[in-house]
Amino acid sequence: MGAAVIGTALAPSANAWWWGKKGSEKASITVYTALEDDQIPNYLKSFERDYPNIEVNIVRDSTGIVTAKLLAEAENPQADVVWGLAASSLLVANDRGLIQGYAPKGLSNVKPSFRDPAKKPSWVGIDSWISAFCVNKIEAQKNGLSIPKSWADLTKPEYKGHIVMSNPASSGTGYLSVASRLQNLPSEEDGWNYLDALHENIAQYMHSGSKPCKAAGKGEYPIGVSFGYRAVKQVNMGQPIEAVFPKEGSGWDVEANALIKKDKIKPAAKTFLDWAISPEVSREYAKSFAITAVETDVPLPKGFPSNPEKQLAKNDLQWAAVNRERILAEWAKRYDGKSAPK
Amino acid sequence: MYFKKNSNKSFNILLLRILIIFVFILVSFFIIIPLLPLFLKSFSDNKNNFIGLENFINYIQNPSLTQSFINSLKVAITTTFFSVLIGFIYAYALTRTRLPLKKFFNTFSLFSLYIPPLAVAIGLIYIFGKQGLITQGFFGTIPGFDINLYGFNGIIIGEIFYCFPQALIILVSALNLSDQRLYEAAESLKASPLRKFLTITLPNIKYGLMNSFFICFILSFTDFGVPKVVGGNFNVLATDIYKQVVGQQNFAMGATISIYLLVPSILAFLIDKNFQKNEASLISGKSIPFKPRKNLIVDSIMFIFCSLILILVIGVFSSIVLASLIKIWPYDISLSLQNFRFSNVAGNGYEPYFNTVFMSIYTAIFGTIFVFFTAYLVEKFKPLKKIRMLIYFFSTLPIAIPGLVLGLSYILFFNKPSFSVPFLDFQIFNPFSLLYGTMGILVLANIIHFFTVCFISATTTLKQIDKEFEEVSESLKVPFYKTFLRITIPLSLPTILEIGSYYFVNSMITVSAIIFLYPAKIPVSSVSIVNMDDAGDTASAAAMSTLIVLTSLFVRLIYEFTSRNVSKKSSVWINPLET
Repeated sequence: MGAAVIGTALAPSANAWWWGKKGSEKASITVYTALEDDQIPNYLKSFERDYPNIEVNIVRDSTGIVTAKLLAEAENPQADVVWGLAASSLLVANDRGLIQGYAPKGLSNVKPSFRDPAKKPSWVGIDSWISAFCVNKIEAQKNGLSIPKSWADLTKPEYKGHIVMSNPASSGTGYLSVASRLQNLPSEEDGWNYLDALHENIAQYMHSGSKPCKAAGKGEYPIGVSFGYRAVKQVNMGQPIEAVFPKEGSGWDVEANALIKKDKIKPAAKTFLDWAISPEVSREYAKSFAITAVETDVPLPKGFPSNPEKQLAKNDLQWAAVNRERILAEWAKRYDGKSAPK
Repeated sequence: MYFKKNSNKSFNILLLRILIIFVFILVSFFIIIPLLPLFLKSFSDNKNNFIGLENFINYIQNPSLTQSFINSLKVAITTTFFSVLIGFIYAYALTRTRLPLKKFFNTFSLFSLYIPPLAVAIGLIYIFGKQGLITQGFFGTIPGFDINLYGFNGIIIGEIFYCFPQALIILVSALNLSDQRLYEAAESLKASPLRKFLTITLPNIKYGLMNSFFICFILSFTDFGVPKVVGGNFNVLATDIYKQVVGQQNFAMGATISIYLLVPSILAFLIDKNFQKNEASLISGKSIPFKPRKNLIVDSIMFIFCSLILILVIGVFSSIVLASLIKIWPYDISLSLQNFRFSNVAGNGYEPYFNTVFMSIYTAIFGTIFVFFTAYLVEKFKPLKKIRMLIYFFSTLPIAIPGLVLGLSYILFFNKPSFSVPFLDFQIFNPFSLLYGTMGILVLANIIHFFTVCFISATTTLKQIDKEFEEVSESLKVPFYKTFLRITIPLSLPTILEIGSYYFVNSMITVSAIIFLYPAKIPVSSVSIVNMDDAGDTASAAAMSTLIVLTSLFVRLIYEFTSRNVSKKSSVWINPLET
């Protein structure tokens, strides 16, 4: 069989489908993204209209998988462009020399905190995702719980065993909540004390950013610590969810684009990056995200706080990236060892 | 295969040697060599500096390791016990009793293997989760019962779903192998049923029993799909790898933990191999197949047992079908077929589904040929003993490699345009890199990922076929390939078809290796299920899962039909189910 597979693969006459339709006339680029599957077609509409000669092949996976794939392919990169991946992941990729700095057209429209400050930035943001709580109103009422309004509320004894949260060791969303708590209390020690108290109430640390919110939506647990876009989306899907943006401010990260370093950088890749921060597509981003890197006139999506920028807690992305290994080791030592199910 | 008539013995042996070496090279390139770069990483930091055993020491010093390791062992031991027990009773019912509706139970025996793992989790949550049908007592109509799904219990149920069909496959082929004459002899000596069971049945199947212990243990020890979704805070080694590789992109540590994962697998292999030494072929060309007699009590107990198992499996599947039809579980239970359109799913519609079907067909065809031929060469011949042992050892390794590790290893190996020769400034083109980005890499990854169970199932069958055939052929100066084509293949056809359908259904549902490897232009449905669920679209994910289950069921029916016709023509004794 091995011979057969190789034989087929070597035969140039193997059908186009086997080869993934290689060799079409259009210029084609491969785009790795962690944007949500159902949003991508809407975003791409204006690109397809303006650049009918560029074929865009999307590979969509969760942040962790896309990042792992990028790093594993380092020797012979397959992607031309990364679109909408956590800036913290792009910092890792840049650290390994996988990214080519590029200043896309219209860079001056991007807010300064949403891009790498270098002249040819390694990453340029498109929107920001922020932590939020999903509270299931029906289940909260059943269990006689009030709706928590702040991070501090979450440590109240009444919520014991009712809260699920993303595991920071396996999910970027979990990490941004943890990193934000550590940066926003008077000292890091206070941050850890807070996390100790929170841990007392946590029923489960889940291996995905969106799952706590999904679990809340299905009533598995009344409260899920997740992120804003997800919370608002589930409200709009008709689930009995209240999206809570904590009083003390939300942890946040930026979804950003980058050009992949390779021997032959395709012009179409740059065209795509220029388009990806254009006002037109930014308007589409703004329909789902409260905060976009390029200011738009789109009204705030339903369910977000009225002044979303104010909702952002203090956050140094570089600090969060540099200290990640240390923080996760400490986190695992404190909360991950005692893993008896409750 | 037809060379000019040449019954020259030395030519035969030369040809055999060449074939064995050829298979050895293939197995090395597809299993061992791709793993090397990743394993080398376990001795380096993430910047590729050599740091010796530091990763291993760091990991051991981490207090959660001991816990994860103990947890993994607990899961593996419990799962193995229940899976083999259930698999054994079910297999016994299918082969040694007059179970009513036997054909039905046979068709549905592997049903839980058709359900994508994520869908099993969705189904389990809908039944046993905090809002589950049973937990809430069918919307409060009867008293609810909470099994505490998240954690150890959930993992065990999920793993048994996944492992018991695998034990079943092996035990069915082992139990099929029997000699009526032994039972008749026992009867004339007035042996009690228990005594017959202990002295004839059990010794007869000890090889199959041992293998199913081995397979269930390793599968549940290394699987991360189930613990990831219903494991709660119950950490196991495989989720530790997930956290390192996907959560933190720490490949070096991920590789380190993978090596720890391999340890029990290698131990199990050694025990298994040692055990087999005492194994002699129990069935000779003169054996008469066992014909079960009617026994009302045994048959009814078996019927109830098999029904209970199927009710649970079909119950989980039904809740997946329901999930695909319901608007907002559990708050708005109105039904619609909307979710089967997949129009919102990144515009791919049905494309991933058809890609997956074709990928699974290719895997089934090429995989079956490769695996059977490998097993044949290893099992039936005497030359090159050491190399055959190595092929056997390599073939048992893939089961211990988590899909995620296999996927990453394949990227590292197959995406490498050339190899540099150590100490020389010289590059060799990597011909395998041509596969990367094609359907070929997906097919190959699947073939290797599921290789072990198929290989063991093929060897089990080949052991049943008396070596007399080869010996007689040799003395009659018939070249071995003629014996292979005219005797071995026809006799093994039921198993060959079984391997094909095993490859097919597993390729339909697999995620872990494929998610790293699928090319941009070949989206596959198991990945789109994950993406749909990620986007919160449980209903579409469930709809796609339903489609996959139905496809596998359809293939199983084709298999049943074909194997019925085949076994009529080929050996009667190899599959008494149909007698």
